[in-house]
Amino acid sequence: MSALAYLIPIALLLGLLGLAAFLWALKSGQFEDLDGAAHRILLDDDEDDRPPKQDTESLKDP
Amino acid sequence: MVEIGADVAAEAGVSAKDAKAALSCCPAGALVDLALEVEPQLKAADFAEQLRRHNDGSCSLTLVVQNLHCPSCIRTIESAVENRPGLLKARVNLSTRRLALQWDPAITDAEPLLAAVAARGYRLVPLDPEQLESAEAQEGRELLRAMAVAGFAAANVMLLSVAVWSGLAGDMGPATRTLMHWISAMIALPAVAYAGRPFFRSALAALRGGHMNMDVPISLAVILAAGMSLSETLRGGEQVFFDASVMLLFFLLIGRFLDLRLRGRARSAAENLTALKATAATIVAPDGSLRSLPLARLEPGMTVAVAAGERIPIDGKVSLGRSEVDTSLLTGESLPRPVSLGNEVYAGTLNGGGALRIAVTATAETSLLAEIVRLMEAAEQGRDRYVRLADRVARIYAPAVHLLAAGTFAGWLIFSSLPWQGALLHAIAVLIITCPCALGLAVPAVQVAAVGRLLKQGILVKSADALERLAAVDTFVFDKTGTLTLGRPVLLNAAAIDPKLLEVAAAIAGHSRHPLARALRRAVPGTSNADLVVQEHAGDGLSALLDGKALRLGRRAWCGVDDASEAATPDGAMELWLSGENIIPERFVFRDTPRPDAVAVIAELQRRGIAVELLSGDRSDVVAQLADDLGIEVWRGDCRPAEKIARLEALAAKGRKTAMVGDGLNDAPALAAAFASLSPADAADVSQVAADVIFQGERLAPLVEALDTARRAKRLVLQNFGLAFGYNLIAVPIAVAGLVTPLIAAVAMSSSSIVVTANAMRLNLKNRKTPS
Repeated sequence: MSALAYLIPIALLLGLLGLAAFLWALKSGQFEDLDGAAHRILLDDDEDDRPPKQDTESLKDP
Repeated sequence: MVEIGADVAAEAGVSAKDAKAALSCCPAGALVDLALEVEPQLKAADFAEQLRRHNDGSCSLTLVVQNLHCPSCIRTIESAVENRPGLLKARVNLSTRRLALQWDPAITDAEPLLAAVAARGYRLVPLDPEQLESAEAQEGRELLRAMAVAGFAAANVMLLSVAVWSGLAGDMGPATRTLMHWISAMIALPAVAYAGRPFFRSALAALRGGHMNMDVPISLAVILAAGMSLSETLRGGEQVFFDASVMLLFFLLIGRFLDLRLRGRARSAAENLTALKATAATIVAPDGSLRSLPLARLEPGMTVAVAAGERIPIDGKVSLGRSEVDTSLLTGESLPRPVSLGNEVYAGTLNGGGALRIAVTATAETSLLAEIVRLMEAAEQGRDRYVRLADRVARIYAPAVHLLAAGTFAGWLIFSSLPWQGALLHAIAVLIITCPCALGLAVPAVQVAAVGRLLKQGILVKSADALERLAAVDTFVFDKTGTLTLGRPVLLNAAAIDPKLLEVAAAIAGHSRHPLARALRRAVPGTSNADLVVQEHAGDGLSALLDGKALRLGRRAWCGVDDASEAATPDGAMELWLSGENIIPERFVFRDTPRPDAVAVIAELQRRGIAVELLSGDRSDVVAQLADDLGIEVWRGDCRPAEKIARLEALAAKGRKTAMVGDGLNDAPALAAAFASLSPADAADVSQVAADVIFQGERLAPLVEALDTARRAKRLVLQNFGLAFGYNLIAVPIAVAGLVTPLIAAVAMSSSSIVVTANAMRLNLKNRKTPS
């Protein structure tokens, strides 16, 4: 039974770590856009063949 | 406006890559209309009041992105601005359809950033920063925090409880057990105090108001269970209910959070609309200079400049210029109306190809648009009286639970030799076991499953009780233009026209954005606009030079066609004429076609025992024709908004529950007045706010799907109530008899919650059915 003396504090500490991580995520706004977050993972961030900036300008007057 | 992707891209002249992006965008078909590039540019004065300056010198602005439809729009918008110098942050929120921008004012200005996004075809409206911190958004975060704390506590206390339960069966000494109880108490008591606050507050408010809600028995059970367990721990007893009290809070908070998320969608939609109303107008000062003024400060007598393609901000009379005004949102008329000097124009309608100056005749509060919004708000108050199923159950359940607990206490006190503490213990056990854990999950679990299922098919359910109301509906009332029909004309007599003439006409039409010109263009795919010098005459048509010969495409009179000439008697149909040297004037007839599956969907609804009616603001003969085509027996044309409401009220008085389906501004009051309401995704903003359900795409099949899902959701909710009550039927006698141990309470509580949730998930098992 003496194992309990350190097993229970360890278990609680791990739980508290998880809780703290969740509260941090909540505070940093990660739960503001649940729909967007689900889709962002599928979007390419490092796409090289994105249209160059001039493209944006030329779109204005078709 | 719903368009075919490649068509839009070709018309707008964008690169093939963007065309591909447009195609991949919005699988349900509600594409970003790239053709709407004439959107007005936001000027600094338009968002001066919404701009927020931060302490580090940067500025930020939150904007509503009006035509944000799908996930790939995130990438399109963010990549439009992300490499601009001076930009600190650009983030699109898909749930609320907003774009947050932050930049360094020393390096850049907001205007080029906004212009870059607008150039991709998105309409931006600045949002008041005060709206960002609404009470409900904070409530949502508080619920999440409470849920996290309750979840942590429930998991850890349960771990300790399992040890204690197995210890009770085995050889755990009383000292170890008491230690476990104390640790449990140290976790559970602060957790209950923190995570229980949403329930305690609501229960207190209800009691102060002199009535009872579900939170009263919940709060009582949680507090009494924690208190009793603490005294048991102090005495070194065996039965403590710490695990039950935190687990109860955890399950209930999950239900609450799901419910709040459903309501959150409706909230952000409403906020976005408020932002829309606050946009500014460009007025012409007496000295001829232009400046921007908020709508609320417009007064009769001022002159407003409206650029081509802009929305007209206020009611007035045209004082300069000629153009065509798209009034489809206001009247249901699908064809733009030509306007010139002296004609009246209304707020909310869309200006066509020519710039206009308008003499203001009404203030923002007295405009026709404001009138419609008022009518809508008045109608909406009636709907607030609807009491949700869960609340109706709670009204009976809460007092019943209290009576049962009090009865148990009195019974044990009178009929047994138990001291009062023992009797109280049994009464508390009754409170815990009847605590509406499963009941609290019964409705939100089903609704979340149903709403999620519909969302995957492009159907957005805006309010939490919308599905409940939709399930009870027995009558569908349709609007015509843009709802039963596509709201865009299609060329009827293509086969009867000389193909060469048709090709010439289509080539000329390619230079205009007029609905009829676009319809003509669509009818002849693959035509090039090359080698044509085309001039657009607002309100009349197009003139072109082909091989040195002058051609005219446009209105009957403008093309020089005599009303009396053969085969040309005006019959009210939408038409274009082509005339020129050596050409016999050719007539192109158009018709607004029904949505592709309209006939099937109407038949499908009728097969489900639903009465279908048609109410339209359009001319009676056009309405009669469509009603006949679609097999609708009850119809009415020339309906003004108030008349639509009157009809709905007449139906309601007969005890019918009506669902209104409409898209126009003129439908908004009716949408708000109906028992339930649905709108296509390309409807007017006001209508989308008024509607409970918004569906995307060209087809009407989502109506049937929404109805079926709502009905099945209702069946599942009732089943869930049955399961929750059935569990009580078994557990309550055990509790009253005083036989409930913490182990039984924990098993009963979690198993009933799991059964109810699993039952809700059945909603997704059945494959979706579409009408053939």
